[in-house]
Amino acid sequence: MGDEKVLRINKIGDGIVIDHIEPGSALEVLEVLKISGKDGMTVSLLMNVPSGKVGTKDIVKIEKKKLAKNELDKISLVSPKATINVISDYEIKQKFTVDIPETVVGVIKCSNQNCVTNSKEPVTTTFTRESSQDGLKFRCHYCDRTMSLNEVKKSIIR
Amino acid sequence: MLKGKSLVNIDDVATDDIFEIFKLASEYKKKVSKGEVLSELNGKIMATLFFEPSTRTRLSFESAMHRLGGSVITVSEAKSSSASKGETIADTIRMASSYSDIVVMRHPMEGAARLASEFSSVPVLNGGDGSGQHPTQTILDLFTIWEKFGRIEGLNVSLVGDLKYGRTVHSLIKALSRFENAINLISPEILQMPEHVLSGIKNQQNIRKISNLEDVLNRSDVFYVTRIQKERFVDMNDYAKVIGSYSFDLATVSRMKESAIIMHPLPRVDEINPEVDSDKRALYFTQASNGVFVRMAIISMILGVR
Repeated sequence: MGDEKVLRINKIGDGIVIDHIEPGSALEVLEVLKISGKDGMTVSLLMNVPSGKVGTKDIVKIEKKKLAKNELDKISLVSPKATINVISDYEIKQKFTVDIPETVVGVIKCSNQNCVTNSKEPVTTTFTRESSQDGLKFRCHYCDRTMSLNEVKKSIIR
Repeated sequence: MLKGKSLVNIDDVATDDIFEIFKLASEYKKKVSKGEVLSELNGKIMATLFFEPSTRTRLSFESAMHRLGGSVITVSEAKSSSASKGETIADTIRMASSYSDIVVMRHPMEGAARLASEFSSVPVLNGGDGSGQHPTQTILDLFTIWEKFGRIEGLNVSLVGDLKYGRTVHSLIKALSRFENAINLISPEILQMPEHVLSGIKNQQNIRKISNLEDVLNRSDVFYVTRIQKERFVDMNDYAKVIGSYSFDLATVSRMKESAIIMHPLPRVDEINPEVDSDKRALYFTQASNGVFVRMAIISMILGVR
């Protein structure tokens, strides 16, 4: 079937398909989800596959996996345009685009080394999303410093 | 309403409350100068935790509490006691807040006061957190301007010196930009106002970076001068050059408006020549003494006796 040529990888029965990942970012998505391959999960990975007329994308399929809120938040920061397909019995039960949340809780580390959240205090990091002329900014609830989306990507708790 | 609230960031204080504080601080100033003994906070206890050295802030907070008839418990060197045993701020503040009605804290890490306020059972006053915020200093700075000009809007204000690490200017610019003030930023290249402070200000059109102090010398109403720390410079020749162009002596002051004022959060080192002290425009010692009255007002409003 022509479909097989396009799919390259078989459909999964139960789990999630993370589609439209920014090309080249699939490994990063797996990393922030703490999937190393040693956990026994069945994972399929497609990188730089054609998408639309000119573009490319990455796709990750993880079998028997459910995503928690903080995992969705992490994916949204790594690849803001990614879409999530929840698969059950070979059918798409739910499909949605990830959304960078207005408040990012417990997902990123503050880049300010002198921020109190980088000491051993019993505290969860909290950042507020702001839009500025230079794109998105994330302001630390504690030290008031801001980080760009690129800095945030590097600071995701892995 | 400040009653029962912590004061971590100047944004925590509503504009109406700022003017309430001014009124009350004026009242206390009059009463204290007349020698009145106050007992409004009789039986109330303030705990002061200074994890970083402080002279003025600590003394003025403690003086303010005593002036109101309250008492103060303190750790002479917070850094060398609980923190050195590895205790977290969270645990220290839980304990200190159970011993007192209000806590004042200074800490070298940014965000420490916000964290403390989340673990404290009583209001926390931020006495400075790293290079973050110093809100009570800002209110006393505004009070000093208000006393002199009768307003805190429609003024031309120049912030001069170390705008990067100086936490007092980080709070002050936020507060000044709430009102219609023209704000000039004058600092060496390496000590400019951080982007994260500027981007947090909604009303930025009245803020200008000025490269030369001379350009605003005869225009500004307020010169807020901060200490340029020698240790920020690798090359002492650079420091010498910088300090020359950002310091005030009588010759500089003579080119200022008659009605202008010079402020400084103190301690000053080389930024203001002592010969300026006797000029009527030198207001930094008045500013420091206002610290007590403004903090009296803040404490009594937070503790709900006013």
